[in-house]
Amino acid sequence: MYVAVKGGERAIDNAHAWLAEERRGDTDIAELSIDQIREQLALAVNRVMAEGSLYDPDLAALAIKQARGDLIEAIFLIRAYRTTLPRLGHSEPVDTGAMACERRISATFKDLPGGQVLGPTFDYTHRLLDFALAAEGDAAPPAPQAPADDVPKPRVSDFLNREGLIETQPDSDTPPPDLTRAPLEFPAERALRLQSLARGDEGFVLGMAYSTQRGYGRTHAFVGELRMGQVAVEMEIPELGFAIEIGEITLTECETVNQFKGSKTEPAQFTRGYGLVFGHSERKAISMSLVDRALRWQELGEENSGAPAQDEEFVLAHADNIQAMGFLEHIKLPHYVDFQSELELVRKIRAEASQAATPEAAE
Amino acid sequence: MTQSDQYNFAYLDEQTKRMIRRALLKGLAIPGYQVPFASREMPMPYGWGTGGVQVSAACLTPEDTLKVIDQGADDTTNAVSIRKFFERTAGVATTEHTPDASLIQTRHRIPETPLTQDQILVYQVPIPEPLRFLEPRETETRKMHELQEYGLMHVRLYEDIAQHGHIATAYAYPVRVEGRYVMDPSPIPKFDNPKLGDCPAIQLFGAGREQRIYALPPYTQVVSLDFDDHPFDPSKADHDCALCGAADSYLDEVIVDDRGGRIFVCSDTDYCAGRRAETGGPE
Repeated sequence: MYVAVKGGERAIDNAHAWLAEERRGDTDIAELSIDQIREQLALAVNRVMAEGSLYDPDLAALAIKQARGDLIEAIFLIRAYRTTLPRLGHSEPVDTGAMACERRISATFKDLPGGQVLGPTFDYTHRLLDFALAAEGDAAPPAPQAPADDVPKPRVSDFLNREGLIETQPDSDTPPPDLTRAPLEFPAERALRLQSLARGDEGFVLGMAYSTQRGYGRTHAFVGELRMGQVAVEMEIPELGFAIEIGEITLTECETVNQFKGSKTEPAQFTRGYGLVFGHSERKAISMSLVDRALRWQELGEENSGAPAQDEEFVLAHADNIQAMGFLEHIKLPHYVDFQSELELVRKIRAEASQAATPEAAE
Repeated sequence: MTQSDQYNFAYLDEQTKRMIRRALLKGLAIPGYQVPFASREMPMPYGWGTGGVQVSAACLTPEDTLKVIDQGADDTTNAVSIRKFFERTAGVATTEHTPDASLIQTRHRIPETPLTQDQILVYQVPIPEPLRFLEPRETETRKMHELQEYGLMHVRLYEDIAQHGHIATAYAYPVRVEGRYVMDPSPIPKFDNPKLGDCPAIQLFGAGREQRIYALPPYTQVVSLDFDDHPFDPSKADHDCALCGAADSYLDEVIVDDRGGRIFVCSDTDYCAGRRAETGGPE
């Protein structure tokens, strides 16, 4: 007897049980703890926090464990959790100029007030597999420490500004739009674009940024400054009437300096692209700033060369990996009904075509 | 503590439900118009029916009886999964029997059993914009709707006829609502299109990823686009159901062996089972 798709419920339960077993893997191997993931896979945790739009290293580590290391799946878990959280308020804008920098480099000036701080970077490592790491219990020796310097590290754009060489970005008290509470509508203002890029897929934003470097909407970017470190988060508590510090978060900020030939109203000067990401995520921050700059063509009176990275609808509508992966993967769900209707249509068109062809063949 | 204690009734918080209800009311007031809404991330992926789930969550009351179908069937995996989601988060009664349901969430089908004034039908919608594959830009398509600039759609349908002798759209066949908005009926087979118009039930459409809601109030005029000399044809497989013998229901083709053997059976499993129970046919 024909049994179509009966037993869906039991199949789902069994699939989940099997998935849980696969997630754990060989039980003779010690189980990963959340602490281990948070401490030793910190950059994965950072990516999940950034694209999940939720700063919580423990939850991000849990999501990575639950998702078997599939970072997009982990980001999805965080997003689905985040959306259920109540909104108690919003913080004051963070002051990245006052960041306690672990890393701070400029590609445009050899030396600058506050100095260059290389920090924990892969940049100058030789990418040779370190087989010593494969041996268990190999603790890295502690890194040498210098006494903390309290030298302020002003932003590069601020001292370019003194000469009027770089565009000024006037302060604004307008509350930024909230992508997670209002539908994305076009045209999108810059704050909304930045919000979308900050949670956008790292690979997608990287690809878009790369395309601008290869001539699709070229913006001649220099990394004016890249900094990573801790900033204080302050929030105004209504009962108190003033802002207090409620915690610290790690951020990566990138400001690019871009050539600008000037327009009818503006003299030649440098313009900026901006990237800001949770955690230590340089690739994402730099990519974001390039794409931000490319998207500003209209505001700066530049030519639209038709490049994908200049097209805000194209970029913003496709940057979110949770939307993208969902829609892409949904095509594995049943489509019997649609396919059936197509089958009938194709059969009908073919039958008519062969009928039409037969008299000719007989002649 | 059960799972349902940790979440609000029907998962979404009341503020979110209010926001969705406002969008639904606007949609009902302007039939066929796509209302932007602040779609939330749901605990199932986009593409799995997040729009429909949010609309259902905003409409459900504890007294409701819910039915969920996918491809016309109550027991396809995703229908099972969504039904379980609401059993867990809303604790509502569920049914597979169309007349017993007060709210039906569907993907890709309209039930064969005629709906009543006491029912709401919620569609899961992947791409709400009927003009999307003619014009990818949202800014442009919104303008086209504003100006009722639907010529491009007619040109496409005409090109189909010129090329194939037919309008080569078999599902998600575009309709015009009350002579105003061209609307995507979601990927239902065009066989179901005639059920959209003059329907006693409220029909709500939710597109989660695309952040759009639209609606058809009861007894709305819905016309499938066509030409005078090429009238709309709601075709189906030229067979009767192999299980219940129905000649009037939409059929799925099921391959039964590897020698090309196949049978045709009702895609609406509840309709088919009901007919078999009446006639004492095969279970």
